[in-house]
Amino acid sequence: MKQYVIIGNGVAAAGCIEGIRSVDAAGSITVISAEKHPVYCRPLISYYLENKTDLKRMNYRSESFYSDNNVTVLYGRAVSEMHADTKKIVLDNGESSDYDALCVCTGSSPFVPPMQGLDTVENKFSFMTIDDTLALEKAITPESRVLIIGAGLIGLKCAEGLHNRVKSITVCDLAPRVLSSILDDKCAAMMQKHLEANGISFILGTSAKEFSGSHAMMQNGAEVDFDVLVLAVGVRANTALVKNAGGNVNRGIAVDEACRTSLQDVYAAGDCTEYHDISSDSVKIMALMPNAYMQGHTAGVNMAGGTAAFDNAIPMNSIGFFGLHCHTAGSQPEGCEMYEEADESHIKRLFVKDDRLTGFMLLGHMHRTGIYTALIRNRTPLSSVDFARLKIEPQLAAMGSAYRDKVLKGAV
Amino acid sequence: MKRIYVKEEWCLGCHLCEYNCAFANSGMTDMVKALRGKTIYPRIQVEQDENGVTYAVSCRHCNDPICVKSCIAGALSKKDGVIEIDHSKCVGCLTCVLVCPYGAVVEDGSGVAQKCELCMKNACGAPACVKGCPNGAIVYEERGEAE
Repeated sequence: MKQYVIIGNGVAAAGCIEGIRSVDAAGSITVISAEKHPVYCRPLISYYLENKTDLKRMNYRSESFYSDNNVTVLYGRAVSEMHADTKKIVLDNGESSDYDALCVCTGSSPFVPPMQGLDTVENKFSFMTIDDTLALEKAITPESRVLIIGAGLIGLKCAEGLHNRVKSITVCDLAPRVLSSILDDKCAAMMQKHLEANGISFILGTSAKEFSGSHAMMQNGAEVDFDVLVLAVGVRANTALVKNAGGNVNRGIAVDEACRTSLQDVYAAGDCTEYHDISSDSVKIMALMPNAYMQGHTAGVNMAGGTAAFDNAIPMNSIGFFGLHCHTAGSQPEGCEMYEEADESHIKRLFVKDDRLTGFMLLGHMHRTGIYTALIRNRTPLSSVDFARLKIEPQLAAMGSAYRDKVLKGAV
Repeated sequence: MKRIYVKEEWCLGCHLCEYNCAFANSGMTDMVKALRGKTIYPRIQVEQDENGVTYAVSCRHCNDPICVKSCIAGALSKKDGVIEIDHSKCVGCLTCVLVCPYGAVVEDGSGVAQKCELCMKNACGAPACVKGCPNGAIVYEERGEAE
């Protein structure tokens, strides 16, 4: 009987469990979970603040998930050492465990750049976990003035979650625009305007220079008084275990399409990894929940002796704020052409290079977008479809009758 | 496993499947009261190609469903061949709309996702689009395909 060990208990780990069990019903699976919670939907922490979900509904799987899959979870434990040569891990309590196949799903941690006087701020929080969220919730009152450092996905989702529960929210970012990792200037401007219309204030293009208690001074001279500080500058992949064990690590743990690391019988999945983005033909960190699941599942199948590949990864995000939604996927390689439609309430930008759709940004109108995503993911030659029609509206009608027959007259 | 299949040569392009879908999922007993004067958000979409051929597109209940794998709320699952959405868990992130290659998961008009569940959860009990198609252009049958 094989012994599987999974370090981490997020969505990548859940994918890994389901991947293993799709091949091997008998092997033992041990999950080492630093957080004392069963696997939950991390991006839902902002919806929790908004009262759109609760702790029970945030569980990613049913209450019987671990027992149904015959998984032992060690809660509140971390792994302190990994020995790939002897196939052994050592826990923080000194106990050790052998494995036949190991999956590292250690995720990422908030990155806090050095900022002067940060230690003088009493109420400061990260926004990554349920525990962060519960602590933040405890600290806020309807009179709280909140300063969020970081106008990325995490910072802005936090702003939305807190919106009806505090007096004011100011978001600051070094980038000159909101959501700078996924939106370009024009799309970001529309989103920023919408956020501002909903009462969120911004200080962009500058960073915090100094904190003093409940006072922040920015590099550009702006000053903000606040009661609660949220640090959402960015995250760093948790790579130390693999690095210390001699595995290949850059910004993330390097994995191939089978989700193998450079170490024998050690796999990795989720936000701790870097992997190939087919839309830009480059290796990058794509810390996205869908990809984490798919990597975990792929790793699990391979760990159990099956064959699986996650060979069509792309960055993609579906995110909305106060009713304005955006869908983004792929990339905008140098020299790409852009097709654009835009009015006051929506923007569609499609990026095309070498007869392929490489990426898109859509704001405001999200109907059947997955047809575009599939064009990127499948590297479909645009000369083989009616792209003039697709540009206007995603539809199977433009994909040719052979494709349509395959999809609608058969099983896919 | 029984699946929905489309016979486009029989499709009239009448869009009745869209209305039957919206009615079946309205929870109401009177079609006129359910739909009159309302924008409908059906879980099935009639398309027309460049030659005027029409056909309906709804969830394929894929063998390897990327919507289920991508759901950030754990709201989508596949049970007994049917991809279901747990509306108590869906928060409306619309990641499923972003990833469904067939455009079969759609927003429901209130900001959350909806999709064909083969009318297993409504009073119809069997696909309303199939029952109501006047020309047999949508069928629900067992063809013995791999799952």
